[in-house]
Amino acid sequence: MKRLTLTGNHCVAYAVKLSRVKVVPAYPITPQTTMVEKISEMADSGEADIQVIRVESEHSALAAAYGAATAGVRAFTATSSHGLLYMVEMVWWVAHARIPMVMAIVTRTIGPPWNIWTDHHDIMSQRDTGWLIAMAENNQEVLDETIKLFKITEDPDVSLPGMIGLDAFILSHTVEPVEVPDQELVDSFLPERRQPYVIRSGDPLIMGNVPADLLANAKMRWDVHLGLKNAEDVIEKVDEEWGKLTGRYYGGLVECYRCEDADYLFVGAGAWVGDMRIAVDMLRETGLRFGVLKLRYARPFPSRRILEAVSGKRGVLVLDRAVSAGSAGPIFLDLASHIYSARPSVPVKNVVAGLAGYEANYEDFARIGESFAKEVSESGWVSSPLEFYPGR
Amino acid sequence: MPLTIRDLPKEKYVLPGNAACPGCPETMGLRYVGMALGHRAILVIPAGCTSILQGLMPGNGLSFPIINVAFASADAVASGVAAAKRLLGEDAVAVVWAGDGGTADIGFATLSGAAERDEDVIHICVDNEAYMNTGIQRSSQTPLGAWTTTTWRGKREPKKNMPLIMISHGIPYVATASIAYPIDFIEKLRKATSIRGFKYIHLHAPCPTGWRFDPSETVEIARLAIETGLWVLFEAERGRVTISPFSRPYADRSRRKPIVEYLKRQGRFREVTDELVRELEREVDEYWGLLLKLSEQKVQ
Repeated sequence: MKRLTLTGNHCVAYAVKLSRVKVVPAYPITPQTTMVEKISEMADSGEADIQVIRVESEHSALAAAYGAATAGVRAFTATSSHGLLYMVEMVWWVAHARIPMVMAIVTRTIGPPWNIWTDHHDIMSQRDTGWLIAMAENNQEVLDETIKLFKITEDPDVSLPGMIGLDAFILSHTVEPVEVPDQELVDSFLPERRQPYVIRSGDPLIMGNVPADLLANAKMRWDVHLGLKNAEDVIEKVDEEWGKLTGRYYGGLVECYRCEDADYLFVGAGAWVGDMRIAVDMLRETGLRFGVLKLRYARPFPSRRILEAVSGKRGVLVLDRAVSAGSAGPIFLDLASHIYSARPSVPVKNVVAGLAGYEANYEDFARIGESFAKEVSESGWVSSPLEFYPGR
Repeated sequence: MPLTIRDLPKEKYVLPGNAACPGCPETMGLRYVGMALGHRAILVIPAGCTSILQGLMPGNGLSFPIINVAFASADAVASGVAAAKRLLGEDAVAVVWAGDGGTADIGFATLSGAAERDEDVIHICVDNEAYMNTGIQRSSQTPLGAWTTTTWRGKREPKKNMPLIMISHGIPYVATASIAYPIDFIEKLRKATSIRGFKYIHLHAPCPTGWRFDPSETVEIARLAIETGLWVLFEAERGRVTISPFSRPYADRSRRKPIVEYLKRQGRFREVTDELVRELEREVDEYWGLLLKLSEQKVQ
């Protein structure tokens, strides 16, 4: 184990090297660039045995990663914002071909106007694709979760690709002290690559021709959903295993901060969860018992864990860094629909904030939390379930 | 020793029960790919007629390993396959089998990128000169004057010259081929496998359904394209052009059959005027002039 001071982007690069990835096709986009530059440096210096393919677009980046992964090796790529949108066709293709691989998404605002700062519209727009979607709070989690994702995605009960989201600049370009595990530890943790099939010369296997039986095809689509549901247990198991090896267990699909005795919960994902923790401490000093439920995975959506956590609370405040325009924030939509059938009598409010990289920090959250607690205790419910936070 | 039909493997790579139209040139081309590359080939196939003609899943009308992929992705997927197989030490040839759309239009950026990176891939453009699979819409490879379902009065622009564009990429091997000359195509494929780097083969593939001729005439129409000089068989190794034997006689303008003989056999040219015929003749002369110049200049 080494303790290094690393940006989030370099954490991903180290994780890719330690996971013995063989092929990395990529196309640069701010703020993903330094990640692929580091991987290229590792490959060119011989530090890592990685074949980097400097493709001409993001669509080709994921296509080439898919080709390499289908042909039997561990593959990785990374992108952000417009790059992710440009490769969306292939995002679906990889998942529905059931080819495990890992991609890092440095979450960034979508234009116009051109804007390089973080929000979650890019990664949240991929919720329906069949990929696992992990969200990191800090650089240590970026590194750990990237390594874990290779194991999770390649598990035969899952066999789906996964993406790790890290907030633009807040994580991607900010250094933090990080524990980098030894190669031997990662080797003992990560088995040889497993995948449902490999395209090989001499073996006339056809992937993806037109189906004769639409019901069989329908079952294949549903099986992607089942694969993601299976991933829930796999994520918990792999996180526990990682925790035993490194001392860093994150709680599986969700992480709770001062949840147990809380009256109110913040729910959120990504780097700003760190600010929610501080806001919780501040609010508790004023006598308001808040906690944070950190969503570590947006897909599979941890409905069971969330239901357990929110049951018996006086109020749940979902903070979304994206909005499904014309509806509400994506985490809120999932959370509300999944807890509905269990009829928990808990008011849930959605505040959309931090869009386009506009700052929303612990002071904002303390303010939002305070007014939410007031609203709930006065009326017993929420008057408006969806609000845009305009800043201070 | 030149290759003869007796030297070709008997193994079948195009199986009964595939979903091709009668007289389909693509199944002919795929048979020759099988004969040339055998078990070494891994086909990467973007959207197009071959997406359909390989038959219905879980059945299989072609005896190749095949990755069907999204339209604009084929050469990138093949780049990944080639990289993986090289790392795994597997004896495999990554082949993109793409139509004119998957090559020259929607697939062009991906093709150009893979060519510029000199990926160890063979790209075969099976060119039936329109988007046949979606119902005969015009492509950049549709020739001047041809009817399609999006050019009812005939296409107004000439065919984009893909082989020359690919030569301009500076790749090690570019060749043209025709389904009427299987031995020539097979020899070129075999040569391509012996070369490391990006190889481009443009296969002329007359389509009875889209060009409006009888399905029994596919090979004849393809041959006429050569004999009129409209389609020229050649190879370009590192830009050095050599006209292939079957096309050599037609360097001499007087030995070419009149273009109108090729046009009148196809319903897609039923409204072609004398003026258009002259324009096509001018195109052919210009193309031959350029090709011969490229071959002379490099040979000296």
